[in-house]
Amino acid sequence: MLASFPLLDAPEPGSVSRRDFLRLCTMAAAAVGLGPLAAERFLEAAEAGLKPSVIWLQFQECTGCTESLLRTSHPGVAELILDLISLDYHETLFAAAGHQAEEARRQAMEAHAGKYVCIIEGAIPTKDNGIYCMIGGRTAVDIVQDVAGKAGAIIAIGSCASWGGIPSADPNPTGAVGAAEVLKGKTVVKIPGCPANPYNLLGTVLQYATYGTLPELDAEGRPKFAYGSTIHEHCPRRAHFDAGRFAEKFGDAGHRLGYCLYKLGCKGPVTHANCSVQHFGEVVDAWPIGIGHPCIGCTEQKIAFRVPLHTTVDIDRPTPPDTYPPIHAPQGYVSPVATGLAGVIVGGLAGAGYVASKKLSPAKDTETPARDRSEV
Amino acid sequence: MNGHAVAVGGRIFTRPVRVFAALAGLGVLLVLWRLVVGLGAATAMNDGYPWGLWIAFDVVTGTALACGGYAVAILVYILNKGRYHPLVRPALLTSAVGYTVAGLSVGLDVGRWWTIWHVPAFFWHWNLSSALLEVALCIMAYIVVLWIELSPALLEKWQTSSNARLRRWSLALLPVLKRSMIWIIALGLLLPTMHQSSLGTVMLLSGWRLHPLWRTPLLPLLFLISCASMGYAVVVAESAFSSVAFKRKPDMKMLAGLATPMIWTLYAIVGLRVADVVWRGQVGLLLAGDIRSLMAWVELALFLAPAIMLASPASRRDLGSLVRASMVMLFAGALFRFDTYLVAFSPGANWSYFPSVTEILITAGLVAGEVVAYVIVVKMFPIIAGQPATAERTV
Amino acid sequence: MGISRRAALKGLAVAGATAVGVDAARPGRAEGAVLPAPPADAVGMLYDTTLCIGCKACVVACQDANDLPRDPTGIDARYDAPIDLSAKAKNVIKLYRSGDQQSFVKVQCMHCVDPACASACMLGAFKKREFGIVTYNVDLCIGCRYCEVACPYNVPKFQWASATPRMVKCELCNHRLAKGLEPACTEVCPRHAVIFGKRADLLTEARRRLAENPGRYVPKIYGETDGGGTQVLYLSHVPFEKIGFPPLTEEPAPSLARSIQHGVYKGFIAPVALYAALGAVMLRNRKRTGDADGREGDER
Repeated sequence: MLASFPLLDAPEPGSVSRRDFLRLCTMAAAAVGLGPLAAERFLEAAEAGLKPSVIWLQFQECTGCTESLLRTSHPGVAELILDLISLDYHETLFAAAGHQAEEARRQAMEAHAGKYVCIIEGAIPTKDNGIYCMIGGRTAVDIVQDVAGKAGAIIAIGSCASWGGIPSADPNPTGAVGAAEVLKGKTVVKIPGCPANPYNLLGTVLQYATYGTLPELDAEGRPKFAYGSTIHEHCPRRAHFDAGRFAEKFGDAGHRLGYCLYKLGCKGPVTHANCSVQHFGEVVDAWPIGIGHPCIGCTEQKIAFRVPLHTTVDIDRPTPPDTYPPIHAPQGYVSPVATGLAGVIVGGLAGAGYVASKKLSPAKDTETPARDRSEV
Repeated sequence: MNGHAVAVGGRIFTRPVRVFAALAGLGVLLVLWRLVVGLGAATAMNDGYPWGLWIAFDVVTGTALACGGYAVAILVYILNKGRYHPLVRPALLTSAVGYTVAGLSVGLDVGRWWTIWHVPAFFWHWNLSSALLEVALCIMAYIVVLWIELSPALLEKWQTSSNARLRRWSLALLPVLKRSMIWIIALGLLLPTMHQSSLGTVMLLSGWRLHPLWRTPLLPLLFLISCASMGYAVVVAESAFSSVAFKRKPDMKMLAGLATPMIWTLYAIVGLRVADVVWRGQVGLLLAGDIRSLMAWVELALFLAPAIMLASPASRRDLGSLVRASMVMLFAGALFRFDTYLVAFSPGANWSYFPSVTEILITAGLVAGEVVAYVIVVKMFPIIAGQPATAERTV
Repeated sequence: MGISRRAALKGLAVAGATAVGVDAARPGRAEGAVLPAPPADAVGMLYDTTLCIGCKACVVACQDANDLPRDPTGIDARYDAPIDLSAKAKNVIKLYRSGDQQSFVKVQCMHCVDPACASACMLGAFKKREFGIVTYNVDLCIGCRYCEVACPYNVPKFQWASATPRMVKCELCNHRLAKGLEPACTEVCPRHAVIFGKRADLLTEARRRLAENPGRYVPKIYGETDGGGTQVLYLSHVPFEKIGFPPLTEEPAPSLARSIQHGVYKGFIAPVALYAALGAVMLRNRKRTGDADGREGDER
């Protein structure tokens, strides 16, 4: 179901009105939570030609993050992105290749040293001196340390660059790690996801471009505006979770009715991401839970590609369901065994006592004369 | 009959004693388990019924069952009935052992048992409005007093002990005890008067959660009188048991005499109860036909029954009949206490409680331990009076 | 002669004890039957059932503020859904529903003006401290649970599952009050169904609501005088017994037991007098018979 989106109705590919461009900036600003004024400033910065230089490195990756960025909508947007920023190196999108591409990169690094944005896509192999990914005769480790070393901002896009992603799944034969692992001591903004939501990247880059600042990061270096909450906290199916309505099997009645997917292994409760509010491809419900598959926790290093897809997770902070206890809820347990035991003991004592007392009866007082017996 | 007390002697660990000791041993193991896992795992008590079998029976009923010393002391030392003197030591022993076990039961029941010494020690924190504080302090003091009262029996044996130090101490202490015994006995009469009545006051704090048939300001008085009745009944039962077990001829005149104070107190209890219910306008509740009114009727019947059973002098001179009436009396007193603490107490109809198997077994173990302790002391120390029976067996 | 003396002593004892008991039972004469006054700076809460939407934010906020553990119950034991106050829940929301009538109820400690728990507690672990809040000092607690037996609202709860248990109940977030914050539940309530303030102010507000909306509420502020008064006050649109509040008179919960204790033991006179009397009787008995421990010799 495609939502109506202004840019899809652009008059011609490649040409976009200022108004539509403003809309794009507004959306991007909104995604970062920067407000309408920021959109104006993005616009001004773009028009003034103050486009930030971006050097986009790709290592052990599937290029999915780049692809998802390109699929923000109409192909015109891709061009807009290329107009908003100055993409000075991108292996997939470059027309050039080989030494020519590398030379372009070196020139951009020199021209914009300390100011360019280094975006890293893909994990970096470290085993055996990092020979498992080499570009132009240099290892990924070497390249990233060189390029990021002179960057003004470093962004790791996608789970692979953030913490290793699929290449780092057991047994991790190449020693794949996230970019921050080989860039110790540097601030690396991580935008995990498989793929990452492109608007998270867009907002971060535009904030840097307009204000020169990076968004507030959480303890793992992820922007809080996107990764501050779990999927569970903003899930549209949350009411079903709270009321205890679950899909038990794919295709059953509950599944068809759109019930909560927790029992099918949804990792939403332990996954920090904003997919539940910012769907993909600007299509409503174009995200895993939206189409009926449980979240796989693709942003989380401990979950994605580690915990099986359909294994349920513990919930750290379950909130109360839609049911309420009555004023006087029945409590307390009466054990039938104990009741029986008590009955046996009491009955036994009473019976034994009675029988014993009967045996005592012959012992009458025969010593005292009758006269004295009446006195006490 | 010679009233002088003499150690029963004989083999201590006979088969019955071994059986009781095994039960007591099981109780000890379960107690250790309770200390490790906590009350929730070991008992069925819950937040609706925070007090269960251990309080209602082990402590409240147990101390009343251990009021033999109190009851006999009133007879012998206040009412000056010297003929009952031979009953004093056995009654004191039952009381000392019974109260000690009741004290242990308290320590077992409280959640933070390692802090229980705070109660007597932190006197500047004492909340003098709390009836339970008074009960706790009096019971702690009374346990000490009971053993002091009993100590002459122990010291009498130890003054001929092979251990020189024990001999010296016994010889030195005995005369001191003899001189001060009046003031110790007076304490031994004051303390139970205080705490047995306060055990009734304790439950009055529950207010509307205590059923109106039991929620009377006369509750302390009823508890006090019924504990005296139970004291006499216990002495009868225990004398009968001792005579049979240790082959002593029972002094029927003495035992028959105990029926009189028992009966007086029973009439007092029934009279007060009925008068109280009528005066407070709660007769309707008695006729309500629910479980609590039924229990109230059963209580009254059981309190009245021994008085009727022992109405004739002949029935009082028959040991079997005396013992049966005493047992009914004990059951009445126990039921009255169970009712006050468990049946009449209701946090709401949605709560239920019945003691767990562990609670029952620990209680049984503690009682078994009391029996073993009693038998050991009676066999080793001069507690029981009278010569062994002649060739004719009484049982 | 023995019989008449015994009868006289017994009669005296019974009469005296009965007199004390009857005396204590009569209201007005017994200590503690006078309505107690809350402290001048007494704080409390006012809960209005007509405003509560049952969102349970207060339940969650209370857990967080008091570091209470999760209580897995409910469907598949997955939900943190207390059904009553417990060692893991100092505050719960319950629902009363009967036909068309429905009301949520917030349940927690009432912080009574004259609390039964504080009267029960042997060493004062539960005590009414600053601002009239009934707080708990675990160092004085032996875990006897008399407070649970005493409380008319079934509030104090015990940590049954622990080998080193303590009592658990709402303490009006006094640790937050100390930092100038409100209790967690009143702070988080989105409808201000429960509000925090000085008891006097809350009473004024409650009266104002009753006066301005007579048809909306049952015409009573629960806690104004019930059980001697509480510092947590309730306004309700359904009868209070329906939502679990016991019908109490003005008499404070501890007054009967306390008046008996104080009446009998005032100044410790009665025990000392009884002790002296007992000693005197035994001395006299000893003098008569010449026996060392004051009793008649065997008659045979």
